[in-house]
Amino acid sequence: MTGIRPFTVLLDRVSRSFGGQPAVAELSFGAPAGAITAMLGPNGAGKTTALRLITGALDPDGGAVRVFGLDPGRPADGEAVRARCGVVTAKPSLYDRLSGLDNLRYAAQLYGLGRGNDVDRRLRAAAAQFGIDEALSQAVGGYSTGMKTRLALARAVAHDPELLLLDEPTSGLDPESAAAVLDLVRAMTSSGRTVLLCTHLLAEADGLADEVVVLERGTAVATGSPAVLAAGYWPHPQVRFVAERPADLDRLATWPGVVGYQREQDRSVVDLDDAGRVADLVMGLSRDGVRLKAVEPHRPTLEDLYFAIQASRRTASSAPTPAQAPAPKSAPARAPAGAETPLDPPVEVGR
Amino acid sequence: MTATTVEGTASPGRQSHRTPLRWGRVLTVARTDLRQLAQARDFWMPMTFLGALFYAIVPAVLLTTIGRIGSVEVIARVSGALEMLPETARSQIRGDSAAGQTGYALAVFLFAPMAVIVPLTISTAVGAATLVGERERGTGEFLAHSPAAAREIYLGKLIASLVPGYGTVAIGFGVYSLIVNVTVGPEVGGWFFPTAQWWVMILWVLPPFLAICLSLVLRLSARVSSTAAAQQASGLVSLPLIGIAYSQATGVLMGAGWLPLWMGAGAWAVALISLARGMRAVTRSRLLGVGPGL
Repeated sequence: MTGIRPFTVLLDRVSRSFGGQPAVAELSFGAPAGAITAMLGPNGAGKTTALRLITGALDPDGGAVRVFGLDPGRPADGEAVRARCGVVTAKPSLYDRLSGLDNLRYAAQLYGLGRGNDVDRRLRAAAAQFGIDEALSQAVGGYSTGMKTRLALARAVAHDPELLLLDEPTSGLDPESAAAVLDLVRAMTSSGRTVLLCTHLLAEADGLADEVVVLERGTAVATGSPAVLAAGYWPHPQVRFVAERPADLDRLATWPGVVGYQREQDRSVVDLDDAGRVADLVMGLSRDGVRLKAVEPHRPTLEDLYFAIQASRRTASSAPTPAQAPAPKSAPARAPAGAETPLDPPVEVGR
Repeated sequence: MTATTVEGTASPGRQSHRTPLRWGRVLTVARTDLRQLAQARDFWMPMTFLGALFYAIVPAVLLTTIGRIGSVEVIARVSGALEMLPETARSQIRGDSAAGQTGYALAVFLFAPMAVIVPLTISTAVGAATLVGERERGTGEFLAHSPAAAREIYLGKLIASLVPGYGTVAIGFGVYSLIVNVTVGPEVGGWFFPTAQWWVMILWVLPPFLAICLSLVLRLSARVSSTAAAQQASGLVSLPLIGIAYSQATGVLMGAGWLPLWMGAGAWAVALISLARGMRAVTRSRLLGVGPGL
């Protein structure tokens, strides 16, 4: 089926170096409109640089960036792009000597909301979303890290941006506040906004991200929806069995429908051609007198996926020759090539 | 197969490099900087003392002492020093008594550097920290991602640095006028200050020198990696400028005819060129702290 998916953000073979050190290199990906795209990667992978390129805060050395179809590197386009973006940076970037409300007012005026009671009401409402409205009259210098992050989030959404760029938005937050922030991010996309989330905390992107971009040394090594990417690494339904005597499970290796079998210490991991066979296997084992302790369908998490991608990359890079390299179960996300237009990103479609 | 499209409309062709200057944003940046400065008691307390020292305490003590000194010999010696003033200046001195003439000369001609040193010092201190301070606090990133154009940020910072310096001049000038009129006025036939030359100096000559100084200081602030480095480098830049401004101010006060106006015009020309060049120093990458040399 052919589908038309608008992209709010597109990067095409974008490069940016600092002092000869590449921060992003030939980076290509797209962030679909109305979806949450998570940029995953370790510190120094190029996530923050990518975010800065998207708002036009940095110009690329090469390649093309398009946001809302505009080039943020051009002065007029850049201003229009930035006015439609809300950005939360890794550090909250707040003015400690000003009150919380004055920080919000400053942003409101720069983003064209103006001044006055109506604007103040709007700012207080934005602050209330993050539970920081009670502290707006205090100087930000007296805020805790969590309060600063919440105020930065309120500042980012106060002008009702179409694109929200979040760089490690939950760093420094307690679990309750972090969950509240992630709920709000989810709510933002339900009202049609696009979210691009940079994080190295895989758990926080799990279940939240519609699309993921895995960055390594400034390059996207995998892009696509988590389900499609996972299917590349785990093409078959996987079930984990635990029995009183683990060796009893070895018989599964030759049973019909079992396409892969591996014993890991006290449990066995079984790949099936069809998830519907689980009941047959359980009944068969029961008939054979195997005493099962647990049967657990395996749903790969984003963390599983991330480490599978990393492992696959390491295996590929350490192989002496391609012929000797162990074949991955399936290909990782494809390289950024073959797009229909120069700005088509290497997206694995399957949402 | 799935096609991809770009949301929105692609911008057609190369657009103008410049966006219209929005003075609302300029003033927002300036206002916010000034609001922060008002909160920084550790900054404005010493600066207030500096202004009080030069505009009120030193003139009040000296002029009062001259007026009340009993020794005719001392007065004669001081008034003899007035012979070193140029003829144009000496011809302007009012007063019948030696004490009155001496007080007049001190008030009108010899305290000129106060009007120069104080605002340049204050504005330099503010300007030096302004851009590098944004970087050090991490707030430069907020500005870099904001819709404000780099030159709007630059002009906002410039205004925020000018206002404290020139504001001090305005207040200090008023206080100084009051002091000299009260202390010297009775000796020279009534209130006489400010003279026409002082108006020219304050309104026409001093502002461009402030602008030149700040354009250099802001350029430095955008390029250096720390506030301490900015303060040191700014001191090196502003010291010779203070010297030049001092000599120019003295020339304006002692000169005659069109000379002061021409001197001011020359300073304005240099200031405008310097400001235009300084505008280029502020870039988003420098606000982020990743620009060249950072």
